[in-house]
This record gives sequence, C-alpha cells and structure tokens, in this order.
Amino acid sequence: MTNALQPSEFEVQDIMINMGPQHPATHGVFRMVLQVDGEIVKDLIPHIGYMHRGAEKLSETMDFRQGIGFMDRTEYLAQFNAELGYVMAVEKLMDIEVPERAQWIRMILCELNRLSSHFMFTGAFGTDAGVFGTSFTYAFRWREEILDLFEEITGDRLMYAYFRPGGLAWEVTDNFEARVRQVLELSKQGIKDIDGLVTNNEIFKARTQGVGVLTKEQAIDWGTTGPVLRASGVQMDIRRDEPYLFYDQVEFDIPIGQNGDVYDRWCLRMEEMRQSVRIVEQCLTKLQPGPIQPERMPRMLRTPPGEVYIRTEAPRGEFGIYMVSKGGNRPHRLKVRSSCFANLQSLRDMSIGQYVADAVLALGSMDIVLCEVDR
Amino acid sequence: MKGILKSMATTLSTFARKPVTREYPETHKELPERDRAFPVLLWDKEAHEPFCTGCHACERACPVECMTVLMKDNPAHKSVGGESGRRKIIDKFWIDYGRCMRCNICVEVCNFDAITMNNTWEGHEKSVYDRADLVQDLPMLLSEHRSGELKPWVNE
Repeated sequence: MTNALQPSEFEVQDIMINMGPQHPATHGVFRMVLQVDGEIVKDLIPHIGYMHRGAEKLSETMDFRQGIGFMDRTEYLAQFNAELGYVMAVEKLMDIEVPERAQWIRMILCELNRLSSHFMFTGAFGTDAGVFGTSFTYAFRWREEILDLFEEITGDRLMYAYFRPGGLAWEVTDNFEARVRQVLELSKQGIKDIDGLVTNNEIFKARTQGVGVLTKEQAIDWGTTGPVLRASGVQMDIRRDEPYLFYDQVEFDIPIGQNGDVYDRWCLRMEEMRQSVRIVEQCLTKLQPGPIQPERMPRMLRTPPGEVYIRTEAPRGEFGIYMVSKGGNRPHRLKVRSSCFANLQSLRDMSIGQYVADAVLALGSMDIVLCEVDR
Repeated sequence: MKGILKSMATTLSTFARKPVTREYPETHKELPERDRAFPVLLWDKEAHEPFCTGCHACERACPVECMTVLMKDNPAHKSVGGESGRRKIIDKFWIDYGRCMRCNICVEVCNFDAITMNNTWEGHEKSVYDRADLVQDLPMLLSEHRSGELKPWVNE
C-alpha cells in the first residue's frame, strides 16, 4: 500500500475553543478564546469588558460621599480596601488629618477583609483544582464568621459603605475588641483546617506544582502586583514599601514564592493569611479610645483643585485611585488602577504550552474579581 | 501519602464540631442591631404626624435618585389653628426600593431625624413579582414605625 496517506501529509489545523463568558470556571463573565492543538494551549486571547458598568464615569457625577458606595461594588470581595483607596484620595486632596483610632480601626478591618477575601480564594480555587464543594464549604464556614463581624459593625454583609473622608461613619460596637479576638481565633482554626485539608495533600500538589509558571521577569514585565508577583519571587508589598495607615508601626513578614507556579500562589496566600492575623493582633493592642472623625469636618466636602494617586495593597495587588479635582464637590476624573486587570494580562504567558485544564487553574490562581477588572 | 492522611484527619475532626448551618425557612439568623435594610420614615407619636418636613435633603443626596419628595403647608400648624410646630410637612414620598443601594446617606443628611434604615427585615418579605410594586409610598414607609415594629437601633 504505497499510496496510503502518511501522517505528515495531513494538514494539521489548530482548533479555536471559546470559553466563557458564561462558564463556571471563569469566575464571572470572562471570555477567553483558546487556540488548542489537541489538549495543548497554543494561544490564548482574553476578552474582557462583559462586566463593564462604567463605575469610573459614574463616580464623576457623584460627590465624594456618594462615590464610596460604588467603590464597594467595584471590588466586592475586598470592599474595605477599595473604600480605603477612595477616602484616602479625598483626604489627601482636602488635606485632612485622620484621628489615630479611626486609622487603627481601618487597618483592622482591611486586614480582616484580606482574610475573608483569601478564604474566598481558597474555596473558589479548590473548586478549580478539583476539590469540588469540599473546600468551598470549609472556607465559607470561616469566611462567614468574619462577615458576621462586619455586619455587626457596619450593618451590611457585603456593601459596607463604612469609611468616610476623615474617618469612619460611626463608632464600632462596644464589644469590638472581644469580637475581633474571637474571630481571629476562629480564623486561625480555619487556616489550620484548610492547610491540613489541601496544602500538603499529594494529589493537590501533583495537580498544581509546575502549572501556570510565571517567571520573575515575566511577572515584572506584565506589571503584576500582589500575590501573583510575590509568588514569582519579587518581594514587593506596598504596605512595607510605601506604608500607609500605620503599617510602619506593626511587624509582619512578606512571604515570597520560589517557582512562581500555581502551588506557590496558594501557599503564599495561606502565609499571608497568617500574617494578617498577626497584624490584627498587634493593632488590637495599640487601639486607644478617641474620636473617629476630625473635630471640624465640613458638611459638604469640597476639594481644592489638584490631582492625586493613592496606591494601597489590596488582597489582589496594588489597588490605585487616581483622582483629579477641579475644585467642587465631585471628582473631575476618577481612574481605578485595578490589580486584577494587570494580573489578568499575564494569563497568556502562564497558559501557553499547558493543557486546557491548566489554563483554568492558572486563571483561578490569580483570584480575579471580574467586577474589578471591568469596573 | 502522609498529606492525604492528614486531609482525612482534618475531615474526620469536623465530625466532632457543632454544625453552623441553619434549617433556613424554619430558623432564621438573628439580625444584628445595626442591620441596614431599606430606608423608612419615622412617625412623631406626640404630634401625630411624620417627622419629615419634605425638605428634599435626602432626595438631593441620594446617589441613585430613588426618592421623590413633595412638600405641603402643614394643615395642623399653629398659625391655622392646629397644635403642630411644623410649618411645612411631607405631602407625598416615594422610595423605589428596586433602586435603593442602602448606603445610609439619606439618614446622615436628614436634619430632622425623620428617616432611618430599617433593621427588622430579612429581605425576603419584600420580594414581589413586579418591580413597580417595590415603589413605596408615604403610608407604607411610615407603617413600620407607627405600628412599633422597629427594633431600637444605634446608628442615629
């Protein structure tokens, strides 16, 4: 049979696979077009913008108090961190001195928010990695304790709208310190649980080690921040490099990863959670009674003309607020530097040459919030 | 193998814990005192009229423009033979709960402490089949406080 077709004579074509926008593994409405050769990803084109609500443009029509609520909705897993960036930008423009107690409480709430956000990550990422349901129920059991505390303080489970330019909206509950300590004990137990359940599990290790590798150079080139950058071995944390609030007065370590793979990002977030617990414990010892708003606050917030960029370390990386004011009571332009948006750009480098299932894992390991990507 | 055994031990240890879930429709979670549902108006029990004078402060401050306020001369004012000290009073008040984003700003800007965030609802009582039914008028907004259903709150 000499005229039989040889394999090399076939024209081999890659297949384009459309994944999303409605797909359980894309953590929201995110669409990626995968060019696959069999199971191997050859190219990946991310399409974002399905969740665009125009929050930045909308904020231009809102005065400085009204805009806070929209920051919650921009970053719905780390709301306090998002509010913090916004109110800090207004404070810097107006040159307001924030009372010490308000700053400590802000710091405690932000770190607890980091804990709850990372708990959410452990649940969602477990689902991506195949620990379906189990890790979600474990993580949410502990996340719920933190949300209950937030609800007691602010009155809402998710959309807190609690920070105000100058301080806080109202005083925390009387049993605040005792409740925070209680939640911290529970969170420690939660971290231990999830650590024991997943981190050292050989099956999980086999699934995640060496997957979705992002080298140090690539991570810097793509402008990633937060856990994605630190897992690639770059020790960069805005809390230490440019301390805001009172982060220069507390001790904490900045964990870094070795290989920059998915497993490193998991371990790094577990370590960050332990550090957050440590920070909150130190904050509690320094919390003193005092005012939570400056003595003289104008009823209508008006800023002098100017522009300001505030960067804060949110659970997913650098959360920046660029605010331009031309005087008056609302921002002329507001730009949210979203951490997830920058991190998401590195997805292509992470996924090329890997299996399709690993691309899902790489996406999950970035812990994206699509609301924040599209704003 | 060691890691897998550890995972199993973690799973087993949870058997000894008390469950944290609730049998939802039968048992509800107790709401904290500060719980923030939708805004309602307060009723002045001494003067037998709403506290609200219809000054439009909340309407102007609302980020989502969910309120509509109309003001009128108070028929019970002293100048016309009544007993009330309020010269102006609320005539009509609508809040569209479908638009409200529960930001608490209306409560903060109110000069007369006439509006507050309800803290007795757990959410599902307000579910309707038609969005237009979410628009609340003045008697509906006042009814919660008039009938004394509101729990004491702290955010005032």
